[in-house]
Amino acid sequence: MKRIARSTLQTSVNLVFFAVIGTAILSSTYYLTRDTIAATVAQAKLKLVSQLLPPTSYDNDIMQDRHTVAADEMLGTEEATQAHIARRDGKPVAVVLEAIAPDGYSGKIALIMAIHPDGSLGGVRVVSHNETPGLGDYIDIAKQDWIKTFDGRSRSLFSDEMWKVRKDGGMFDYMAGATITPRAVIMAVNRALQYFEAHRDELFVADAQPAKGAAK
Amino acid sequence: MTLTEMKDIAYNGLWKQNPGLVQLLGLCPLLAVSNTLVNAVSLGLATTMVMTFSSATVAPIRSYVPNEIRIPVFVLIIAVLVTVVQYLMNAYLYGLYIVLGIFVPLIVTNCIVLARAESFASKNPVLPSAFDGMMMGLGLTAVLAVLGGLREIVGKGTLLSGIDLLFGEQAKAWVIPVIPDYHGFLLAILPPGAFIGLGLIIAAKNWLDQRASRKVAPRPVAEVLPEAAQG
Repeated sequence: MKRIARSTLQTSVNLVFFAVIGTAILSSTYYLTRDTIAATVAQAKLKLVSQLLPPTSYDNDIMQDRHTVAADEMLGTEEATQAHIARRDGKPVAVVLEAIAPDGYSGKIALIMAIHPDGSLGGVRVVSHNETPGLGDYIDIAKQDWIKTFDGRSRSLFSDEMWKVRKDGGMFDYMAGATITPRAVIMAVNRALQYFEAHRDELFVADAQPAKGAAK
Repeated sequence: MTLTEMKDIAYNGLWKQNPGLVQLLGLCPLLAVSNTLVNAVSLGLATTMVMTFSSATVAPIRSYVPNEIRIPVFVLIIAVLVTVVQYLMNAYLYGLYIVLGIFVPLIVTNCIVLARAESFASKNPVLPSAFDGMMMGLGLTAVLAVLGGLREIVGKGTLLSGIDLLFGEQAKAWVIPVIPDYHGFLLAILPPGAFIGLGLIIAAKNWLDQRASRKVAPRPVAEVLPEAAQG
């Protein structure tokens, strides 16, 4: 008995030793790369926004004209996000919202979209996803133009019934063998538009103060 | 490490024991990501980096790790290295990080990494181990490159698409339209295309090996035959 206990203890100490070293390496890499990762993600976001809204359609500093949007079930967000507002001559042109489709084939699909004041979509883009390469990843603009089918769509023009893939009787194309992915994206966009309808006035607030909820 | 040892290790990794063609280990990412040349080579190089460092780490600590817990420790080392690579890619190669997605963290579960740690690095000194990890990784990368190139040409009619994810916007001009006005052949891009492509490459390797052994073998037979005819 005593021998078993001692060898167990020795082996555990050995394993813990390696775990501690491994964790130390991981956390130092995390802190060393954290700022660079945040900067890279922000830059990628600005690039995405320029795809959603032609830079000539607004004249304000869209990255600065923003307010915090609290986490909301309709947006699929679990943390507060930033809504950016595009204005031209002080009048709102569009709001850029982040949303998450929680039910992709391989987890969450992060989306960003521009919505005009009349509730029509300027465009939608996928920010990040883990969908199967070569199969579900056609939602990504880098692979195919599928995501552009959202351009100009609105809930006032198309009823809930239409916000589905063709297979389910809706208006959106899909690729055979990968319907879960577009379904998730379409539902997430539809929900985000409903959120927009309910919070239109708050989203277009004039000041750049947090409109709702606390900044994280 | 002598020159012959190095040659042996390199020959094993790149050809004789090639992880993608002979050991057939770690095929999940290999088949999933090899739809374009850039994706394939990128994941191959990420794997090579992890294999080189994991073998180089396992070798010096091999005598300090009790035999019973060597697998957990090796997996821990590999997981740490992969996560570090993932952070670095997220920070400096964001576009590629997005494209490769889940397959970067999946390098942890690529059995070829653990296989080399267990079967080579845990029995050899640091330098040969690191070299073995690198050569195995490069062997895998070479197979991925051929497979990715084939699938991209047949599936999309291009070569090097997505190179801008590595080298920025200006690299978009580097994409080679191998077959102009090509409408694509989906099968090659989808997973079945990967299996078919890999099968063809394995067949080609076996054919080359057989031809090489026949070239060496038949000669004495040819000399014997006339005598036999006379007898």
